[in-house]
Amino acid sequence: MNKIKQYVTDFGWPRIIIFIFLVLLFVAAPFVKVRIDASISDVLNRFGQNALFVLAMVPMIQAGCGLNFGLSVGIIAGLIGSTLSVQFGLTEAFGFFGAVVLSIPFAVVFGWFYGKLLNKVKGEEMTIAMYVGFAGVMFMCIMWLILPYNGPTMIWGYAGKGLRTTITIEGFYRHFLNDFLAIRIGNSFVFPTGMLLFVGFAAFLMWLFMRTKTGTALTAVGSNPDYARASGVSADRMRTISVVLSTVLGAIGIVVYQQSYGFIQLYTAPLDMPFTAVAAILIGGASVNKASMVNVLVGAFLFQGLLTMTPSVINSTLQTDISEVVRIIVSNGIIIYALTRKTKVTK
Amino acid sequence: MGQESPILSIEHVSKEFYGNVVLHDVCFELRPGEILGLVGENGAGKTTLMRILFGMPVIAETGGYKGRVCIDGKEVSFASPFDALDAGIGMVHQEFSLIPGFTTTENIVLNRESMRPSILNDVFGDRMSVLDRPAMRKRAEGAIEKLGVKLDPDMLISEMPVGHKQFTEIAREITRSKTRLLVLDEPTAVLTESEAEVLLVALRNLAKLGIAIIFISHRLHEVVNVADRVVVLRDGLAIKDTPVAGVTVRDIASWMVGRHVATERAADVGNRGFGEPILEVERLWVDMPGETVRDVSFSVRQGEILGFGGLAGQGKLGVPNGIMGLFAAGGSVLLKGAEVALNSPRRALEMGMAFVSEDRRGVGLLLDESLEWNIAFTAMQIQDKYLKPILGGIFRLRDDEGMRKLTEEYVKALDIKCTSPRQKAKELSGGNQQKVCLAKAFAVKPDLLFVSEPTRGIDVGAKRLVLDTLQRYNREYGTTIVMVSSELEELRSICDRIAIVDEGRIAGILPPTAELAEFGLLMSGEAAAKDVGRASEASK
Repeated sequence: MNKIKQYVTDFGWPRIIIFIFLVLLFVAAPFVKVRIDASISDVLNRFGQNALFVLAMVPMIQAGCGLNFGLSVGIIAGLIGSTLSVQFGLTEAFGFFGAVVLSIPFAVVFGWFYGKLLNKVKGEEMTIAMYVGFAGVMFMCIMWLILPYNGPTMIWGYAGKGLRTTITIEGFYRHFLNDFLAIRIGNSFVFPTGMLLFVGFAAFLMWLFMRTKTGTALTAVGSNPDYARASGVSADRMRTISVVLSTVLGAIGIVVYQQSYGFIQLYTAPLDMPFTAVAAILIGGASVNKASMVNVLVGAFLFQGLLTMTPSVINSTLQTDISEVVRIIVSNGIIIYALTRKTKVTK
Repeated sequence: MGQESPILSIEHVSKEFYGNVVLHDVCFELRPGEILGLVGENGAGKTTLMRILFGMPVIAETGGYKGRVCIDGKEVSFASPFDALDAGIGMVHQEFSLIPGFTTTENIVLNRESMRPSILNDVFGDRMSVLDRPAMRKRAEGAIEKLGVKLDPDMLISEMPVGHKQFTEIAREITRSKTRLLVLDEPTAVLTESEAEVLLVALRNLAKLGIAIIFISHRLHEVVNVADRVVVLRDGLAIKDTPVAGVTVRDIASWMVGRHVATERAADVGNRGFGEPILEVERLWVDMPGETVRDVSFSVRQGEILGFGGLAGQGKLGVPNGIMGLFAAGGSVLLKGAEVALNSPRRALEMGMAFVSEDRRGVGLLLDESLEWNIAFTAMQIQDKYLKPILGGIFRLRDDEGMRKLTEEYVKALDIKCTSPRQKAKELSGGNQQKVCLAKAFAVKPDLLFVSEPTRGIDVGAKRLVLDTLQRYNREYGTTIVMVSSELEELRSICDRIAIVDEGRIAGILPPTAELAEFGLLMSGEAAAKDVGRASEASK
């Protein structure tokens, strides 16, 4: 009994309550004619799409830079990489990995500058990060129009230049990961094996990284920068590494997201993505200074589960289409809840 | 005085936390104008007793207490610290509760500011009164004067040395007109000997005004100096309640720890032979706020323990911090003849030096991490220890097994009291945290170890253990040690030579057997003139 109690305390009541709520939604689903198999498939899909963004939170949290509200910086790098990949006409594996490889140099450079900036505003990282994200997205809104892209599937048909808001990647690398070893049961259940494997692999690499000398130093910087300094570790360098890593993960994350979603979304689309990732990792039980792989996976699953199930169940119950409204209320509600849950560490 | 009725009486108070008895049947009384020294080792129950007296919510939350607390003969039971304040009990905490961005005056009269009505009062009532700054200042100055200390009423708390913060805190408590009983929890822990001296005088002044004082301190000679009566707690029992007259520090210390404490220095101190000079420092300056080092030259020989003493703020702490690269420094430092790059902690560590910082919680520990991490981290980062290669050495992962073995070794060697090597550093007591800091430094197997204030804020028993450990490592492994401490007695107990720092310069170096008066002269700068002459001769 004590063991169960201990386990419950470790796992945390918020997660248990959300999990029970999620289960209730699944139980209620058939009664309002929402298909369970399609829903589960949906939840898995969305989990895979977003898990890398949540994973991208880990290095910066561990290094004491707080939650990466400026994840859009990484997403932008990913968008540049993926549009270049489409521009060069790369398809399938070349398309996907091409997009990843092309976006990484951008992510590294952006992340380096972003990290340097955050080192100058210690203590205020999260606020500054949010505005760096906003500013970056808005700047790119101009750039998407004037950069000399000319792939016929990407540019505005009437003007002959400037990228569209939504670019299909059908015929390029759509569902490249999703369809890899995918398991289909019936008409509406698909288990996106490839994508989940990719997510699992990324999480494993991150877990390994956190156990290396650098990863250990990074965690120590987040725990006590003065201690790290006295032990000969440069806090600024570790923080910069963490920001670069987070930005690169954001870039890869958006490519994974696109191949599952089927479209490249430009302009203001990256604005909201950091918030859902932040909410997910907080729901997963991370604090502003500590995050683990369990936090990432549990958080991404619970958050995306709620986000998928609540609108569709409520929608079907009320028999009207307010799914978008419900989705916004639910996701922002969870973000508020999650931000109030954040715990501080001892100083 | 003895005829007056007691202002406070504690009657048969017991308290347990989840079956763990921390106080058992404690009784004592306190009369107006009396200073009661309350002493005991860490964990003896002093803090719990004060929490009960103060009605801290944590007591009620953990099941309340047994026995009675009476003020003026009437039983009281405070539901919150506010009730205790209303009853005239003031408390000065170990940790400061001051607002850093406010001035001394503002902090002293906080929430009890003098008000002047403004025109808005007619419309909006008293809430619209404005601050009467001259009156506030006058009250603050009055309180400072009562204490008999020097404090700038307009200085910001954030810019003050710790000693002044402590005085501000006390001044705040005594400006409450009702305060009749003042509790000071370790008020001198952060003060230097001279500041503490001023504080003690201030306390005696307050006692003369009829305020009863409970004085909790680890520094027993202060208790003997200032208190009228002393109550000794050991393991939750009040084992001694006696007037101070005729009691010595040694008596109290032995009551506290329940065993005979020897402060004798090792027999061979002062006449050992040493090897070649291992560290040579020439014209070192260090820009450490509050501890500026101006011009320091010295050398340490292989196997020696060199002590640095002196008053706070004179620069003794700056010496190790500067050499280890934690603060901007300049000058020439040679370790075994090789130039040490200053301003780079990594270089200093790589050359075989290690440092135990005086700021244990701020610099010395990863409070939120396990003991394994705390002890092995520096060795891992600097010497690539506790890493094991994976996949034929493509990359290396943390060797948790090795880290645990190392930690277990030091837990045993230094007698660190913990539940497991995985326990978090913040959960240990001060003395055990200090041992963890020492273990961290020993783990890099340094040739030269800097130890800064190794016994600050830890109890008598732990102090002895820490000093013994240092001495043992020096004797057994030949580790050269440079120890900085505010407590002359502990320097004299283990050091081979003691340098006294005054105004950022070394005023003189004495053997530990020198007269106390000589140390005193050097510290107070009396002997400085003579010595500067000698130093400049040497530099020629």
